[in-house]
Amino acid sequence: MSDQKEAFVFNDEMEAKAQNYLARYPKDRSASAVMPFLDLAQRQNGGWLSQAGMDYVADRLGLAPIRVYEVATFYSMYKLKPIGKVHVQVCTTTPCWLRGSDDVVGACKDVLGIGMGETTEDGKFSLAEVECLGACVNAPLIQVGDDYYEDLDATSAKALLEAFKRGDEVKPGPQVDRQTSAPVGGAKTLTHVEQG
Amino acid sequence: MLQDKDRIFTNLYGAHSPFLEGAKSRGDWDGTKAIMDKGRDWIIDEMKASNLRGRGGAGFPAGIKWSFMPKEPGEKPGYLVVNADEGEPGTCKDRDIIRHDPHKLVEGCLLAGFAMGAVAAYIYIRGEFYREYETLQAAIDEAYEAGLIGENACGSGYKYDIFVHRGMGAYICGEETALIESLEGKKGQPRLKPPFPAACGLYGCPTTVNNVETIAVAPTILRKGGSWFAGMGRENNTGTKVFCISGHVNNPCNVEEEMGIPLKELIEKHAGGVRGGWDNLLGIIPGGSSVPILTKATCDTVLMDFDSLKAEGSGLGTAAVIVMDKSTDIVKAIARLSKFYMHESCGQCTPCREGTGWMSRVMDRLVDGEANIEEIDLLLEVTKQIEGHTICALGDAAAWPIQGLMKNFRPEVERRIVARKLEQGEGASASPEAA
Ligand SMILES: Cc1cc2nc3c(=O)[nH]c(=O)nc-3n(C[C@H](O)[C@H](O)[C@H](O)COP(=O)(O)O)c2cc1C
Ligand code: SF4
Ligand code: FES
Repeated sequence: MSDQKEAFVFNDEMEAKAQNYLARYPKDRSASAVMPFLDLAQRQNGGWLSQAGMDYVADRLGLAPIRVYEVATFYSMYKLKPIGKVHVQVCTTTPCWLRGSDDVVGACKDVLGIGMGETTEDGKFSLAEVECLGACVNAPLIQVGDDYYEDLDATSAKALLEAFKRGDEVKPGPQVDRQTSAPVGGAKTLTHVEQG
Repeated sequence: MLQDKDRIFTNLYGAHSPFLEGAKSRGDWDGTKAIMDKGRDWIIDEMKASNLRGRGGAGFPAGIKWSFMPKEPGEKPGYLVVNADEGEPGTCKDRDIIRHDPHKLVEGCLLAGFAMGAVAAYIYIRGEFYREYETLQAAIDEAYEAGLIGENACGSGYKYDIFVHRGMGAYICGEETALIESLEGKKGQPRLKPPFPAACGLYGCPTTVNNVETIAVAPTILRKGGSWFAGMGRENNTGTKVFCISGHVNNPCNVEEEMGIPLKELIEKHAGGVRGGWDNLLGIIPGGSSVPILTKATCDTVLMDFDSLKAEGSGLGTAAVIVMDKSTDIVKAIARLSKFYMHESCGQCTPCREGTGWMSRVMDRLVDGEANIEEIDLLLEVTKQIEGHTICALGDAAAWPIQGLMKNFRPEVERRIVARKLEQGEGASASPEAA
């Protein structure tokens, strides 16, 4: 609660980024920066947007606070409540489901001991179901923070989450032997590309 | 099979560096100024000659779209907006272009923007693609530093900027007018057309919206010639295309192939075939979640291009091929898509807001046969009421998968209803034609 009353201001790192974003839009169109500003406010605030953060963004851009709330509630990546430090998002849309996203959901629930939309008591992990992440040939997959962990099954999903629990770093991308979106077993094309 | 020498995305899998030096060694930024020196009209004519159709789903000819922009500079600046919102289930090609071949997109932004007299490009990238955004921004920064874009782009005397704007998780922002609203700092709700973006788009200025792939193939077309591109594929369905093959294949992958490649060949050559063999195939959604599913009989022979798939009652869409083998619960597969559209409706038109929710609830019941036979026709009737009666095409996109299911798999839907009634001892009330 106390943090809701405290004034919010961008720290130096976020302020520098904010200036960089502002410069992308015409001078009289700074309202365009509302999305990146809200993202910065959310990042500075541990992954969710406080009322103070939204009001600060409104003030910085000279917008009515209601305009900013409207944006914050429309887009699914703005979180209006605290989430876990490690936010695990499982894609369950049809292409992922065809390749076993149910098993990945099960593994996440088992290892974390929480259900969809919940946060662990220590506040460390939260779990959410999301729609197509745009990486369907590497299905099924999860997004953790800014990274994708791809080509999972029940076993590798369990191992991945156990690693996060231990605080280990895991290399993002396919969790099987595979080069990005090339077929398993090696690319069948682009084997004759001239490249300096 | 397409030969590597005719592939445009030579770093599709990221085997090499995505950055400037690597990109140049693959031919990017070669003679860009010379192309600009040939002039706006030459570029647009060459694009028209290539017959390139937009890669974002609708397949509108790119050269013609560019020619809609004002010929003479007016009071208002023009903008190119690149659609990198990539959210259509099954689709993951723009991601590869951005993270592995970003300079093709950056150079394409300059050449396309120059041809349409734009002052800048905005690339709208979906928010979840954060690492891809970092790579793209780094490529743009490099291009500025090398003088390829900016005050005097490639030494041509043309001033041109490229900016990136990140989305924040809303599929509907892939619709071009919703995208423009979002870029202006608002909720991403589609606008009524007309006016079209070419007349009144971003900030009320003339704007062209194109998909990432459409823009990224342009430099290679302009270097090799429109006729080179037009020489591949079939009439009106020319060139190469990045296909995304997901679902029940042995080796899901992205691959650039010739337009019009037979669907069966695409899957067998590149994705290791259908799991359990071709005869284990149930059906395929050939162009992203919005297009109707095809039965195996059609998949046996159909060609992968706009017109061939349209003739079969489906579409090329984003060329995202979602394969389902015989183990698939086909009703559930489509019901999950209905849930997707319900979740993603922006809510401003009543038929879409209410209809997507209603359809999703009925589809969920149909998975277990918890319905009456008559409800199938009612459901189809509702899809018809939504289709064509909404501000944007999300309504159509929600209707088509259900129509495709009923056209091709209706007996299975009916079988479940009858089976459930029998189980509950109500066999007598199931309608006879379904028994
Ligand atoms: C609901 C909806 C979502 C869309 N999503 C995308 C998308 O993610 N990427 C895209 O390029 N086009 C998308 N489109 C199509 C765009 O509105 C537009 O037609 C396209 O970007 C034009 O580019 P093109 O001419 O190069 O194909 C979508 C359309 C609708 C109705
Ligand atoms: S059809 Fe649906 S998504 Fe499109 S504008 Fe209407 S309510 Fe929004
Ligand atoms: S369906 Fe999961 S990434 Fe597309």
